[in-house]
Amino acid sequence: MAPMETTLPWMAMVIVTPLGTATLSILAGHRLVQTVLFLTVSGVGLSLTGLTWQLWHYGPLHYAIGAWGAPLGIRLYADGLSVLMLWMTGVVAACTSLYAHSYIVHDPEPSETKQLFWPLWLFMWAALNALFLSSDIFNLYVTLELLTLAGAPLVALGGGAALVAAMRYLLFAILASLAYLLGVALLYGAFGTLDITMLGRESSPNPLTLGAMVLLTVALLLKSAVFPLHFWLPPAHAAAPSPVSAMLSALVVKASFYLLARLWFVVFPAALTSAAAQGMGILAALAVFWGSVQALRTDRLKLLIAYSTVAQIGYLYLLFPLATIAASGATDALQDAWNGTAYQALSHALAKASLFLSVGAVLYSLGHDRLDGIDGMAQHFPLTLFSIGVAGMSLMGLPPSGGFVAKWLLIQSALALGLWQWVVVIIGGGLLAAAYLFRILRHAFVNRQSDEPWKPVPRVMEHSALALAMLALLLGFAATPALALLKVGAPF
Amino acid sequence: MSQPSLYALAALALCAVGLYGFLAYRHLLRKILALNVFGSGVFLLFVAIARRVPHATPDPVPHAMVLTGIVVTVSTTALALALMRRIASQTAGAALREDSKHPPSPPQGE
Repeated sequence: MAPMETTLPWMAMVIVTPLGTATLSILAGHRLVQTVLFLTVSGVGLSLTGLTWQLWHYGPLHYAIGAWGAPLGIRLYADGLSVLMLWMTGVVAACTSLYAHSYIVHDPEPSETKQLFWPLWLFMWAALNALFLSSDIFNLYVTLELLTLAGAPLVALGGGAALVAAMRYLLFAILASLAYLLGVALLYGAFGTLDITMLGRESSPNPLTLGAMVLLTVALLLKSAVFPLHFWLPPAHAAAPSPVSAMLSALVVKASFYLLARLWFVVFPAALTSAAAQGMGILAALAVFWGSVQALRTDRLKLLIAYSTVAQIGYLYLLFPLATIAASGATDALQDAWNGTAYQALSHALAKASLFLSVGAVLYSLGHDRLDGIDGMAQHFPLTLFSIGVAGMSLMGLPPSGGFVAKWLLIQSALALGLWQWVVVIIGGGLLAAAYLFRILRHAFVNRQSDEPWKPVPRVMEHSALALAMLALLLGFAATPALALLKVGAPF
Repeated sequence: MSQPSLYALAALALCAVGLYGFLAYRHLLRKILALNVFGSGVFLLFVAIARRVPHATPDPVPHAMVLTGIVVTVSTTALALALMRRIASQTAGAALREDSKHPPSPPQGE
């Protein structure tokens, strides 16, 4: 269906709502936190519902900000994938915000955290929404930088070791953004436009395009922590406050992957059939393997979950080698690969956020996150342990979870194309995930009265982790409407 | 060689210098400065692109992008410097090392 100008600007509302409430939270301080959160969640929820309705009835949507159209104006673009990513952001951010509110209220640490946290948090949410809706490559640079500017201080709020981790994150994120901007410069120099759709129409293989593609790809690989450019992620996500780790692992790394997929499929379709796509698959396999091995070796819970993120991000990058072969005609396989990747992003976001929130509850209760210190957790915090188990089911890929549907679709695609090596990677990754998750369960089920003092955990913290885990588990049942939504505006 | 091409080459050279500085130096301040040099290289490339059509008025879109980029770079540099100061105060003023695994060592000639 042809894109059409929308009448009710739900797309703009999705971005403006968290921006407005972030500004409100700076002005109001910590007094109005609950009001601000309520406004944000309800505003974004309402706008997303409106946007989904519009998308379903009118097909892919364009919105020109300020009524200035491309090529000079900035356009927003919404299709099935962006709206699905927006829902993922909204649900994870809403549950994690509830957790974060409780986390801050019960925080025994100084109050500087309370002053800075909410504006940064809401700006991060706004940046994510803006990124998923932008179709202008320079605007995407701005949203990427906004994500970094919000994310790095949020990591630094963890104090102590988090400062160096935040510095490393900040420096490499800035480097990646500048490399991205260099690619934008080359693309503009070659084609004279910044809009992704227009670039897609005019793009042709030439040295400038190749240079831009290399720069953009390396920049976004660094930002989404793909092996071997993943080194900044585990210390940053492990040292950050738990709700921040949840948002970063679940959403921020996905944003860069989404952007890379969008660019490759629309602006650089020639790259899809090249050896570069196979190279991405090799990196993906290495990421799955390396992340899982490091998760098996570490002795700290948060570091284990962070390495799990490195491994699970690898699954997303299997899209490229699968799309390479499929682009030459097997549209069913391409559709399965696309759907499987989107579903993997979605279910990993829910499961990983839930895991970080549960581990955060453990950290709150015990004061440390050493793996050998959680003996006897089954007696003290059965609910949190249940959340960990359920979220783990999605990471391993057990039915009926979203992770199972994702892996099923990816395996279908690989089998249809006869690419056995990716099937081995997917199944092997699931087994390794089971191995490192069972490490946690093994310690937790030990029936030993340890003399660790277990502080009681606020209800909200346990329940928000449980809610996200149950959503990840039941996501398999929502496959039909989700995949139908994904079909709107898909590039095949 | 035309003027825009000269500027573009200079821009890429600046980017290379900035990248080398970022990767080679351990001191945080040098890394931040190297990133600024890299950014200047990118902005210079935009300026060269604005003049890609000879004998015409410069294209204003790259100029707008440079302005936005400068604003963003100033903000991120400010954040990086503030974080660096916090790290310096926490590691008791020893040489700023980014690698938290190594203990702080005495200031070196870098």
